[in-house]
Amino acid sequence: MNKIVEKEHFSEKVVKLVVEAPLIARSRRPGHFVIVRAGEHGERIPLTIADADIEKGTITLVVQAIGDSSSKICALNPGEYLTDVVGPLGQATHIANVGTVVCCGGGVGVAPLLPIIKAMKQAGNKVITVLAARTKDLIILEDQVREYSDEVIIMTDDGSYGKQGLVTNGVEEVILREKVDQVVTIGPAIMMKFVALLTKKYEVPTICSLNTIMVDGTGMCGACRITVDGKTRFVCIDGPEFDAHKVDFDEMLMRLRSYN
Amino acid sequence: MSENNITSAPRDAQWREDLRKKYSAKERTAIQRVKMPELDPDYRVTTFTEEVNQGLTEEQALVEASRCMDCPDPQCVTGCPVNINIPGFIKNIERGDFAAAAVVLKETSALPAVCGRVCPQEKQCESRCIYHKMKKQPVAIGYLERFAADREQQSGTASLPAMAPANGIKVAVVGSGPAGLSFAGDMVKRGFDVTVFEALHEIGGVLKYGIPEFRLPNAVVDVEINTLSQMGVKFEKDCIIGKTLSYNDLHEMGFKGIFVASGAGLPRFMNIPGENLIGVMSSNEYLTRVNLMGAGRPDWDTPVLRGKNVAVIGGGNTAMDSVRTARRMGAERAMVVYRRGEEEMPARVEEVKHAKEEGVEFMTLHNPIEYRGDEKGRVNMMLVQEMELGEPDASGRRSPVPVEGAIKEIPVDLVIVSVGVSPNPLIPNSVDGLEVSRRGTIVVAEDSMKSSLDDLYAGGDIVRGGATVILAMGDGRRAAASMAKALLD
Repeated sequence: MNKIVEKEHFSEKVVKLVVEAPLIARSRRPGHFVIVRAGEHGERIPLTIADADIEKGTITLVVQAIGDSSSKICALNPGEYLTDVVGPLGQATHIANVGTVVCCGGGVGVAPLLPIIKAMKQAGNKVITVLAARTKDLIILEDQVREYSDEVIIMTDDGSYGKQGLVTNGVEEVILREKVDQVVTIGPAIMMKFVALLTKKYEVPTICSLNTIMVDGTGMCGACRITVDGKTRFVCIDGPEFDAHKVDFDEMLMRLRSYN
Repeated sequence: MSENNITSAPRDAQWREDLRKKYSAKERTAIQRVKMPELDPDYRVTTFTEEVNQGLTEEQALVEASRCMDCPDPQCVTGCPVNINIPGFIKNIERGDFAAAAVVLKETSALPAVCGRVCPQEKQCESRCIYHKMKKQPVAIGYLERFAADREQQSGTASLPAMAPANGIKVAVVGSGPAGLSFAGDMVKRGFDVTVFEALHEIGGVLKYGIPEFRLPNAVVDVEINTLSQMGVKFEKDCIIGKTLSYNDLHEMGFKGIFVASGAGLPRFMNIPGENLIGVMSSNEYLTRVNLMGAGRPDWDTPVLRGKNVAVIGGGNTAMDSVRTARRMGAERAMVVYRRGEEEMPARVEEVKHAKEEGVEFMTLHNPIEYRGDEKGRVNMMLVQEMELGEPDASGRRSPVPVEGAIKEIPVDLVIVSVGVSPNPLIPNSVDGLEVSRRGTIVVAEDSMKSSLDDLYAGGDIVRGGATVILAMGDGRRAAASMAKALLD
């Protein structure tokens, strides 16, 4: 049982939860995720860790209400409990000083991107962040992102904030303008697919962080398997980060619809 | 500790001598082996939780117990990986003292109600029974074990085994499956301060997520776990050693010995075309969704795909569990596809029999070579290659070879791949200096179960790569004996 100590609504369907999990707070690194369960009959779902406070013993999760289980979690209030939180899971992000890094995120993908932006900046990189959403209200964590980014480009589908266009327009603008050494992309699978296609064209190494269907999250079930470079890999233990140019996104998109 | 020689039911006890004289050998051997009462197959495919094997009645147990000859040199005991004093508990049943029978079981087994159900007795204790020499069926040791254990569970007055005084030494167990529980039971009996760390949200490991309730009810497992709790074993759920806490964290927390029983984590696939289509999944995923996560039951959130035409690939017990679960989930056609013949199948004979009674088709000497799907990526067709048996391979089994050109198309909407598992890499990858085999198993000394690190012992599937509940329990016992010796000396 893990107590929720803080809650903030980023938008109607996206909430930030700060959850007591002292051991995970201490051992997590950027890129790690947890599996959470709400209720004794609840589903196990993976959520990437957005932040942690070792002293307070808390981790921060950003959750979007999409299905029944995520809606249940989003409905929890401070003082209430998640039935289970286990982690940190997956491989941590490889952080190095490579030069200029473009971090691009869409929707709730910005939450797990934040610790990577922070770590990339602290490692000495020039960090340019591209945030994208359908509309202004869905842009989240802008202030925190600005704190650790040398430049922030905001893209909205409807042009209600920043520039009108897709995340790929923002990324391409930077690539055409200056030398980019690495791209990190986290967001909906379809977004990452198009970012990968773009950066492959310009031959910029690109890391994506994948969020697939999982049950145990420890390598036991294989529900999360994807094809990378022609080989089957498990997102939970081999990932969640992979070379975006080698991921078979079409297969992943198909598998995400297993239970739809 | 030579506790295998210490028992509450020694052969030279007066009551046992009296019992031996009660009937002649001729009278005992004239009795037919008992038949396990079973649920009707048509009914049982409609229920997930009701056990197929109903357990012996008291009358049946008394008669079956009297078949045992109480041999002077009982070979059954040597066939048992945890060396249960088999005649000792059976003779207690024969004299009607069921509680004493349970005490004998618990001297060496932390999970008698589990073993009585899932052990392959036909390959172990019962395979060495003296009755085989008379060309008769062996004493039903497994059924009797279950009877005694169930009687104790139902009586509500389960006795706790004798415990040594607390010695204050902390030991950690990684994983709460059969190896971990068996180790925990033996160590707490010896006075150690035992904490079991479990990655999942339930205690029991494969006993909970893997073996279905129609073969091993969760309530039966929980009684055994509660007994361990009462004995003082602490359980920490949702805690992954190697992730949540490191090996070094355990040292800092004061643990002097660590037993790794993290199981066989990774499901194997066959790497054939179409294996990542929707509707193709591992038996681990299928069984975990249904058994642990309650998929298919009302009010549980986890979904599971249901199929009308279900193929389970593989011939082991996990394959049988999967195919029988699929029948209970509403499969109209449930098939086992196995590349060798029925004789070569590793599954227990009883599981194969039960599966057949439940309408499962056995497509032996067939091997899937490709899956095809519809426009949405859902599997709808399986291509199977007909096989024939060739020369014996390294395992001594005749290896299957393809019959050229004999390929069939079979409509399927769910495929469950049950071709084995690889060891979970979480621990091997996170502990420096730990010797790991090429297959990813932790290398241990066979007698002591000690790894290349002085305070780290290991057992069960993380060492064996894939074995049975009872072999895992035997590992737990051996590790406990040697770790206790190392820590107390």
